Amino acid sequence: MRKREITSKEITESVFARIDQVESKVRAYLSLTDERAYTQADRADKAIQSSKEDFPYLLGIPVAIKDNMCTEGVRVTCASKILQGFIAPYNAKVINRLEENGYVHTGMTNMDEFAMGSSTENSSCQVTKNPWDINRVPGGSSGGSVAAVTADECIAALGSDTGGSIRQPAALCGVVGLKPTYGRVSRYGLVAFASSLDQIGPITKDVTDCAIMLNVISCHDPKDSTSVDLPVPDYTRELGRDIKGMKLGIPGEYFISGMEPSVEKRVREAIRTYENLGAVIVDIALPHTEYAVAAYYIIATAEASSNLARYDGVKYGYRIKDAGDLLEMYMKTRDEGFGPEVKRRIMLGTYVLSAGYYDAYYRKAQQVRTLIKGDFDKAFESVDAILTPTSPTAAFRVGEKTQDPLQMYLSDIFTISVNLAGIPGISIPCGFTESGLPVGLQILGKHFDEEKILQAAYAYEQATEWHKKKPDID
Amino acid sequence: MRERYEAVIGLEIHAQLKTLSKIFCGCSTKFGAPPNTQTCPVCLGLPGVLPVLNKEAVNYTIMMALATHCNIEESCRFARKNYFYPDLPKGYQISQYEQPLAKGGYVDIALNGNVKRIGLTRIHMEEDAGKSIHEGSGNTSLVDLNRAGVPLIEIVSEPDIRSPEEAVEYLKRLREVLRYLEICDGNMEEGSFRCDANVSVRPFGDHRYGTKTEVKNMNSFRFVHKALEFEINRQIDAVEEGDKIIQETRLWDTNRGVTISMRSKEEAHDYRYFPEPDLVPLDVSIEWQEEIRKKLPELPDEKRDRFIREYSIPAYDAEVVTSSKALAYFFEGCVKEYNQPKVISNWIMGDLLRELKLAGIDVDESLLKPYQLAGMIKMIDNGVISGKIAKTVFEEMYKTGKDPDAIVKEKGLVQIKDESEIRGFVERVISENPKEVEAYRGGKERLLGFFVGQVMKLTGGKANPAVVNELMKKKLS
Amino acid sequence: MPDNWGSRMNITKEEVEHVAKLARLALKAEEIDQFSQQLSDILTYAGKLNELNTNDVEPTSHVLPVKNIMREDKVSGSIEREKALINAPDRTEEFFRVPKVIENA
Repeated sequence: MRKREITSKEITESVFARIDQVESKVRAYLSLTDERAYTQADRADKAIQSSKEDFPYLLGIPVAIKDNMCTEGVRVTCASKILQGFIAPYNAKVINRLEENGYVHTGMTNMDEFAMGSSTENSSCQVTKNPWDINRVPGGSSGGSVAAVTADECIAALGSDTGGSIRQPAALCGVVGLKPTYGRVSRYGLVAFASSLDQIGPITKDVTDCAIMLNVISCHDPKDSTSVDLPVPDYTRELGRDIKGMKLGIPGEYFISGMEPSVEKRVREAIRTYENLGAVIVDIALPHTEYAVAAYYIIATAEASSNLARYDGVKYGYRIKDAGDLLEMYMKTRDEGFGPEVKRRIMLGTYVLSAGYYDAYYRKAQQVRTLIKGDFDKAFESVDAILTPTSPTAAFRVGEKTQDPLQMYLSDIFTISVNLAGIPGISIPCGFTESGLPVGLQILGKHFDEEKILQAAYAYEQATEWHKKKPDID
Repeated sequence: MRERYEAVIGLEIHAQLKTLSKIFCGCSTKFGAPPNTQTCPVCLGLPGVLPVLNKEAVNYTIMMALATHCNIEESCRFARKNYFYPDLPKGYQISQYEQPLAKGGYVDIALNGNVKRIGLTRIHMEEDAGKSIHEGSGNTSLVDLNRAGVPLIEIVSEPDIRSPEEAVEYLKRLREVLRYLEICDGNMEEGSFRCDANVSVRPFGDHRYGTKTEVKNMNSFRFVHKALEFEINRQIDAVEEGDKIIQETRLWDTNRGVTISMRSKEEAHDYRYFPEPDLVPLDVSIEWQEEIRKKLPELPDEKRDRFIREYSIPAYDAEVVTSSKALAYFFEGCVKEYNQPKVISNWIMGDLLRELKLAGIDVDESLLKPYQLAGMIKMIDNGVISGKIAKTVFEEMYKTGKDPDAIVKEKGLVQIKDESEIRGFVERVISENPKEVEAYRGGKERLLGFFVGQVMKLTGGKANPAVVNELMKKKLS
Repeated sequence: MPDNWGSRMNITKEEVEHVAKLARLALKAEEIDQFSQQLSDILTYAGKLNELNTNDVEPTSHVLPVKNIMREDKVSGSIEREKALINAPDRTEEFFRVPKVIENA
């Protein structure tokens, strides 16, 4: 495009043509913003014509946005009935960053309601399908964004990751997904699920795009008190640098029984590939891993129960008709407005914070969080990055786990420690199961060491062909 | 029977801080704006917004903590207090819970000649809620979120208060400190200074606490007094009747003069506090505290002691003239102009405070300037006007803001000291009152006052009383 | 579920109803049954945390050592009333409108 061989309008048109072609099967988007997209594409083309160089990173590039990031004038639903009719009157910080960098907004993508889920089946709107097998889930909660990238319904996308919601679907769909360090990307305008765990990150077709997207969205934001004032490096800088001698830790706790054998096989092969590339493989221990799911579901639901209190039918969104009094309005509005998984988590979170239980659950979970973070601190004293599987299984069938919430929660077993510790993690494709479903490799780094994991991811990507494989959506 | 009981009262004060912007967003805190015109995504609690702490609100809280001898905690943090109400946009109030900014201070109050120390449990920061309007809208309530997010400090006292009088005195003292610091308007009617009370009773000599009730909705000092008096008596009567006091929230009903139970809110008192994940911990360093301490103004107690020391005025006078910062400034301004502290405090405590009370304002809102009062007193002492005329001059001065010499000149109020002029009046009075003259000369010397009075009347108070006295005596003898 | 996950938590229907009231959720009878079962399962699983002795462990609520983030006291950012009220399900010209609070009901 910079060589003026193709215009943003042409790219945008091709993306929307692709959407027309496959969206009825994939169902990645909750709403399309084509008018906005073409206006932005026009602006980008004019900018390209009028200026010589120094284009912003995303000039004219169609990007899909998970439907939980406020975009001024655009309907934001979090795939929930409770936000019915809500038009965001302001921009999330990431949307401002994308705008400053010339992006083209294709639409808002499907998700588990309020980002609560691991399959995108908890959407109150539609079920998004895995482009590799439309009988299977794309993972979640950023399933729409991931499916859109996978099916070429956009060039890149943003997702949010509270317990694995970027990395797990990226693994299940065979694309690249990165959760940055907590505090690297502003949460301002991201509809909160669990404030101390949420982080926005890119979903892309390859590692280079991922680094570019990270360049765009990383910043210090005075409007987010938990955003960190550290310089943002050029994340593409270390790509291509030799990883010879890089110390990569393999935690035994992440190779558990019950894991799908072909997933483990692909991950083990990936580790060998790293060895061949000259990395030093080190066995490490993350002894508190088995407690992460329990701690996570206490902390995340407690925060969520409070974050979701604002959906009360007063200022915006859904309200039942003809309520007799305020209490009835509250109770019925929230009962009808939230789906079962969201209600389950609000109930759990309310319970663990209620009188007499705080110390036993919330405080205890926060203490365990300290131990889990301590595991990583200790590990990173001896290794540069950590390799694990992203998900214990490949994509499961639609409906397979919806009846057993605990089983669904356990599918995040390899991703949630990362959110509890606040460290960055990336999932990259590392092959396919026997039945042809993608497998993801997770690479974890120290706080604010995204450069290192991108460098490692890029080295692997260069040595393999997995990222070039495309699903055949017929 | 009621005399056998003592009340145990602890007060929770909410004081709105006079910052320009709200505690977690940039909206104005100005009182009285049209409904819902001072809001933004943050204080509306829109999806996705985040709070950022206003530094000035912290500075003000530190000021109050230092001024009330509190210990400022090494590290404090915010917590969410979860409950549903239409004027609470996020469904939780950002407050402080386990780790408030300050703990353990005190305030001294003076009542009936005694000084009593009231302990402070804690001072913490929080955000105000909006306003719900229940009247006049049929089956609905209306919500205005202008006030949502205005910074508040909550000042919690120990249960050290034993009577409604002490409670009111404590409130006045605290408000005085807030106003001296210029961090709060202290206006109970507008709600910038609010008070809830925890009240229980017990027989004298009993050291256990009785079951307490929380009394709310007392929006003036008078109502605090009345409500507490009512509630104490209600509880004593109940205990005497053998009834159990129920731990509950009770509302003061101004019209009926009673406290009424609001049971419906009781069942949901589970606020599910937890640390606010959207805000980071706040460490108030020693350096920060010292920086604030250096900027603290002289506080009422310090000022009072200094006035007694420096100006040799009685403790009572000092107490009164330091009751507001503006008044203390006024007093010192007068003394600087004319060094007669006691005369000045007399005028302030008498004529000036009467006028101010009548108008319901503080001295800095009046037209009167310190140099004017001082100048007027100087005119009395120099014999330019009489003390009686001065009353007229003061009234005029207070009303118009004109200088005393201008008023005296304009109204021709200059004292008549000229003997020849006064002699005429003296002679007239003697000739018009022959009976009294006879009586006087017959030994009724008390009548001198009458004759002098008559001259003063004739001269409209302008004659110099000393000259009149002397001449009258001479003429009558 | 493995039986080494500690003692079984039992969340009664009454507890579920109490929590639902706190959370302002008007659950239907079958939801109450279901949640009583599911919350019991999940909390039993969470009981796993009690295997760990955390007496001397500080709780983590922030993963990064960031402190004292504040802004200057400046007025900015208020939006027009119409923009504030536009998403409201019920409103007047000037106010959000809600069904009346019934006290002492």
